[in-house]
Amino acid sequence: MAEGGQLVDHRDGRDTVLRLRGVRTQFGDHVIHDKLDFDVFRGEIVGLVGGSGTGKSVLLRTIIGLNRARSGTIEVLGVDTSTLHGQAERDMQARTGVQFQDGALFSSLSVSDNIIVPIREHAGLDEETMRDIAALKIALVGLPPDTGDKKPSELSGGMRKRASLARALALDAELLFLDEPTAGLDPIGAAHYDELVKGLCRSLGLTILMVTHDLDSLNAACDRIAVLLDKRVVVGTMDELLVYDHPWVREYFHGPRGRAARQEHK
Amino acid sequence: MSDAEPTIRYTIHAGKPVVEIGGNWTVFSLRGVRQKAARALEAAGTTRTARAVDASEVSRLDTAGALEILLLSGGGPDTEVKTREKGHAALFEVVQQNMCAAMPERHVNWLSQWLEEVGRNTVDLYRQVLSLLAFFGEILVVFLEACLQPRRFRINVVVRQMYEVWIRALVIVGVLCFLIGVVIAYQGIQQLRQFGAETFAVEAVGISMFRELGVLLTAIIVAGRSGSAFTAQIGTMQVNQEVDAMRTIGLNPVEWLVMPRILALVISMPLLAFWGDMTGLLGGAVACTIYLDFTIVQFFDRLRDTVGPWHFYIGMIKAPVFGLVIATIGCFEGLQVRGSAESVGQLTTRSVVEAIFCVIVLDAVFSIIFLLADV
Repeated sequence: MAEGGQLVDHRDGRDTVLRLRGVRTQFGDHVIHDKLDFDVFRGEIVGLVGGSGTGKSVLLRTIIGLNRARSGTIEVLGVDTSTLHGQAERDMQARTGVQFQDGALFSSLSVSDNIIVPIREHAGLDEETMRDIAALKIALVGLPPDTGDKKPSELSGGMRKRASLARALALDAELLFLDEPTAGLDPIGAAHYDELVKGLCRSLGLTILMVTHDLDSLNAACDRIAVLLDKRVVVGTMDELLVYDHPWVREYFHGPRGRAARQEHK
Repeated sequence: MSDAEPTIRYTIHAGKPVVEIGGNWTVFSLRGVRQKAARALEAAGTTRTARAVDASEVSRLDTAGALEILLLSGGGPDTEVKTREKGHAALFEVVQQNMCAAMPERHVNWLSQWLEEVGRNTVDLYRQVLSLLAFFGEILVVFLEACLQPRRFRINVVVRQMYEVWIRALVIVGVLCFLIGVVIAYQGIQQLRQFGAETFAVEAVGISMFRELGVLLTAIIVAGRSGSAFTAQIGTMQVNQEVDAMRTIGLNPVEWLVMPRILALVISMPLLAFWGDMTGLLGGAVACTIYLDFTIVQFFDRLRDTVGPWHFYIGMIKAPVFGLVIATIGCFEGLQVRGSAESVGQLTTRSVVEAIFCVIVLDAVFSIIFLLADV
């Protein structure tokens, strides 16, 4: 196995945007991840999958700093996050963006104001400029212009996810974390969303790590797939994982749904 | 990270108006850039017209910066942009594709907005009153049905609710009423002493506690702890679609959720108010023994001789009515919850405010009724 949980080395001279080494997380005596190594390179979309209870969300929360790892190092954009405090930590937060599962938009603010919150906090521009930027981000994620004045509760689930993506993009983050971005969307909406993410990744040079269970998303949008197995991560392309010998992986990718999703994308 | 300030210069290149851009154009460096552009425009002595962009000196760029450059150039989706880096060109392209749809103009007339709000609120209030009355009617229907089939009163749920709203409120009601009793007795003694009538403090405590304060204080505490709890419980069930699930199974939410709570509160309120009266009197008695050299027995002797039973009855008549109002409003607002968890919070606040408001208004109505009835 190559470095960083990879089956085959795909680094190809790119920067390592996210680098986990020997990460261990546990709640009480219950160990969730142990000796976990994981690399994400610049400009790629990595899908994170795993059975229920394998700690996908915990890993994501640990990377973005909402959970603390018991041991090991987590480097985001080349900086060890455990050494960051105060202003440096805030600067780092400005360079990453997170889209939570159900949007997690601030319900008392309109969509525009939601997008403006990180801009005001980190850049502090004048109101008019920020409104213009918010309108651009709303267009960028494919929402109609009048969405900006609406409250999150007036949006459908799919629109909320897009609005949340717009907020994650507010500061042109280099690294985006998406938590189940297509869960609860109809297949058409999910396919559009995959296209959107892929397009944004290419045009804005983003790096994306997304937790997903959508096999179509894995096929359509992700360059590589990280599988949580036995408290560690195994990373590979779809083709590599298809021949990887592990009961869970076999069942996941060779099950009827996995086969159907692959057929569609051939 | 190089900290090159964003620069902007309006010039003319080969007869064409051009804006030359340099430095960092990211969301973090844009502060004050519009004023700078306005000064540059003035210095160049030209006006803002659509012009080409020369962004070949830009070192760092993001979408916000690209948007700003395009806006300052006075152009839009078809502005000609010269860049040095391929990445920058791609950014400009993305922004130009999306900016045509951007920038919706908003004209807000504050007067019409205000009028709209007033009208909307008035209609809302009207609808609210109507649906509250409808809800009350539904409760009555369910109640009458249940009277024919007493099994449908769900006694075990009522008892469980009574534990919550009665037993668990005893301490707080007792402590607060005791303190109020002490305060009234003390203030009464202080004021009445000027007329040498300090022993009338006993009547002051007895009458005010029995008629008004015991039941009113209890009602306010109950509205704050039980009315709000009803709204939050039913509202959360509403958000989780539990109420919808009940309906599909054929359970009437009014019968299952609302009736037991209302019954529990209607029964518990007089019990709590009685407890409040007693602790209030005890507080008054304690204050009188301290400031008036009364014994406890003397206090209660005087109370028995001077304060008639009707004062007590009046409080006890009001208590169940207040309980009914608080529970009805609490449950009604709970069922009004729609969609998000945020509305649970909003409606919980509203239910407490409305319940306290209604209790005090009703208290005034009762005063008039008892005045007319001459008791």
